[in-house]
Amino acid sequence: MSLNDLWFLLIAVLFTGFFFLEGFDFGVGMATGLVPRNDQQKRLMINTIGPFWDANEVWLITAAGAMFAAFPHWYATMFSGYYLVFVLILLGLILRGVSFEFRGKAEGKWWTGTWDACILIGSFLPPMLFGMAFAALIKGVPIQQNMDLKAGFSDVFNGYTVWIGLTVVGMCLMHGLTFISLRTIGEVRDRARVIASKFLPILGVLLAGMVVWTYFATDVFARRGPYMYAAVAVGIVAYVLGWYFLKQRREGWAFGMTGAIILLTFVSLFVGLFPRFMVSSINSAFDLTIYNASSSHYTLKAMTIVAATLLPFVLAYQAWSYFVFHKRLSEKDHLEY
Amino acid sequence: MDVLELARLQFATTTILHFVYVPISIGLSLLVAIMETMYVIKKNDLYKKMAQFWGTFLLINFAVGVVTGILQEFQFGMNWSDFSRFVGDVFGTPLAIEALLAFFLESTFIGLWVFGWERLSKAVHLTCMWLVSIGTMLSALWILAANSFMQRPVGYEIHNGRAEMKDFFALLTNEQLLWEFPHTLFAAIATGAFLVAGISAWKLMHKKNLDFFKPSFKVSIIVALISSMLIPMFGHGQAQYLVETQPMKMAASEGLWENSSDPAPWTVIAGIDPEKKENSFEIKLPYLLSLLSYNKLSGGVLGMNELQAQYEKAYGPGNYIPPVRTTFWSFRIMIAAGCAMIALALYGAYLTFRKKLEGSHRWFFRLMMLGISLPFIGNTAGWIMTEVGRQPWTVFGLLQTKDSVSPTVVAGEVLFSLISFTALYLILTGVLAFLFVRTARKGPDIEPHQETVIHDPFAQGGDTNVVK
Repeated sequence: MSLNDLWFLLIAVLFTGFFFLEGFDFGVGMATGLVPRNDQQKRLMINTIGPFWDANEVWLITAAGAMFAAFPHWYATMFSGYYLVFVLILLGLILRGVSFEFRGKAEGKWWTGTWDACILIGSFLPPMLFGMAFAALIKGVPIQQNMDLKAGFSDVFNGYTVWIGLTVVGMCLMHGLTFISLRTIGEVRDRARVIASKFLPILGVLLAGMVVWTYFATDVFARRGPYMYAAVAVGIVAYVLGWYFLKQRREGWAFGMTGAIILLTFVSLFVGLFPRFMVSSINSAFDLTIYNASSSHYTLKAMTIVAATLLPFVLAYQAWSYFVFHKRLSEKDHLEY
Repeated sequence: MDVLELARLQFATTTILHFVYVPISIGLSLLVAIMETMYVIKKNDLYKKMAQFWGTFLLINFAVGVVTGILQEFQFGMNWSDFSRFVGDVFGTPLAIEALLAFFLESTFIGLWVFGWERLSKAVHLTCMWLVSIGTMLSALWILAANSFMQRPVGYEIHNGRAEMKDFFALLTNEQLLWEFPHTLFAAIATGAFLVAGISAWKLMHKKNLDFFKPSFKVSIIVALISSMLIPMFGHGQAQYLVETQPMKMAASEGLWENSSDPAPWTVIAGIDPEKKENSFEIKLPYLLSLLSYNKLSGGVLGMNELQAQYEKAYGPGNYIPPVRTTFWSFRIMIAAGCAMIALALYGAYLTFRKKLEGSHRWFFRLMMLGISLPFIGNTAGWIMTEVGRQPWTVFGLLQTKDSVSPTVVAGEVLFSLISFTALYLILTGVLAFLFVRTARKGPDIEPHQETVIHDPFAQGGDTNVVK
């Protein structure tokens, strides 16, 4: 495996990890509009992600930093080419992050209502827009010979990308609902599970649509057929098992299954892309790849040494923080937010 | 305005506002760590309350600092894609390491700190805050390593029309960084210290919770004194280094058009006329610029006209003189703010150790409250001087600002993001100030925490109650 391959893999892991982890806290954010019957229940839900959401977001920041360092052309083309998409993603992320912290620091209907709305918007917009942006990566956008991209409105905003965006939103919501039912006790836990069961068929339609539409709109099935069919098969199993575990009230396993669906989706995306980052709709010779978009060998080597040294510690203390807060919360507990 | 001007305005606005929150986080997390250390050592609940009370300010601010930081990272690709292509090989690495080494540390352990009071042992909980504090400082180190490369590129080679890294350790041993990092770090620590000291002074003035705010004032004024004395020490070194590596920035920040006499006098104030390339009036102190530049009473400093001619020879025709007025005045504002900080900290420490805090020092408490603004003024002026003074370069001697901007982005897009981010940041700053005042007004929480029931999802049925 060359260093270019390795860094493609690492960035794929970072983005996939981001959607797995931040996926559930996006989902919890969206579910604050569905599950709670009163303010205490809403606070309880926000507290389930309290210790985690910030570190989850760092997966995205690290992914972007790694793009910048390892594949600066990819970083430059994508961020400038999808300009408005990223403006909206950032506005959403900024509003959401401060809302968790601000919400409980003062009282009043207007105060709480404002930050509640920001949590909803900020938890919906980023997964929706990231879904659209990634869909456009793989479907193809007008990248020119000099790697510059000026994505038009219809390049990012079309039927396929919107469907994928909604599917990512649906996956995150489902993942969040199973997370809430895993991390709480009492009415919130039951309601989250019931709503998850009701939402499951809708997610099924979204997922099926994603697979079929991707088959026709992109070249990933043609390029990576065996893998893609295997991923779809495993995905169906995870979906069915998720449904079964929800019925059985085995929320830990159900959470694992909703997570598996997210993992399969994003791993498939990167398998389908490899060795490309962005597909040019003008000419496949203009595709951004791990070769023409990369940093020098020296930089990749230096980064590899740094990452190999630091990553074990990062993963260890993050795992530890999940262990420290593995206990379920109830409405009677002391809540920080 | 065109894309270039709008992108520059957006970078200036978002960076200046982001750098309101960052120093607070660096300074406050250190202070909270010190307070909690005192709690663990002295086993006195007063210090626990101090850590929790000032920790609330830290948390409110931390959230804003984190989310505004994401934009900083994305902005290079969005508005400055040609810059990103040109320096990504070198510049991206410290950014990626910053995320991997610092952001994960800060964000994970701040979560453990906030939600872990009842779940972690005292020593482990304390360690969490120290790791947060170290994380904020490491973050500053790596971001300044990237910035130092822009001030003084090292460890690279130009290859295929872009800068490629040749020596990673050169980035970390860049002398620019060795001056810039401690200078900026102590300024950030002073920011947190003056915030705590100022709020404490406000409460002392109103004679509220004296037993709580007197020790708070004491801890913060000691930190304020030490840090504000160290800032100019490293600033002085940085200025001397500037004379060597970026003489144009030095000349502009001194308003020096022609080469100075030898020994060189220091211009206190001047009326600068960039069109005529001369100053209408000047007030000068003899020898001082030689002393500042070389630590001796002799030696001349090159002026902008001479340097312009040199740069044209080296880099081709063009205007290499940065906006002189901005550079000149921001330098002086920074120095004035720094001097005022030292004076306030000295007098505050004097009152504290003479046990005179309870006397009728309303005027001093008022000054201390106003003093909260001093580090922000100094920080902002310092960054304006160092970034504006580097113009027309983004990477000194290698890449000009006009060649750094994204070629595909149109003015309307940048205008939209400029307006929305500026509005959002201003709202957030307003809310932050509101919450700071509200938290300070409320004062420390006297009631103890209560936690009795814990539920274990891995126990059978997942809902067994465990009483701790």
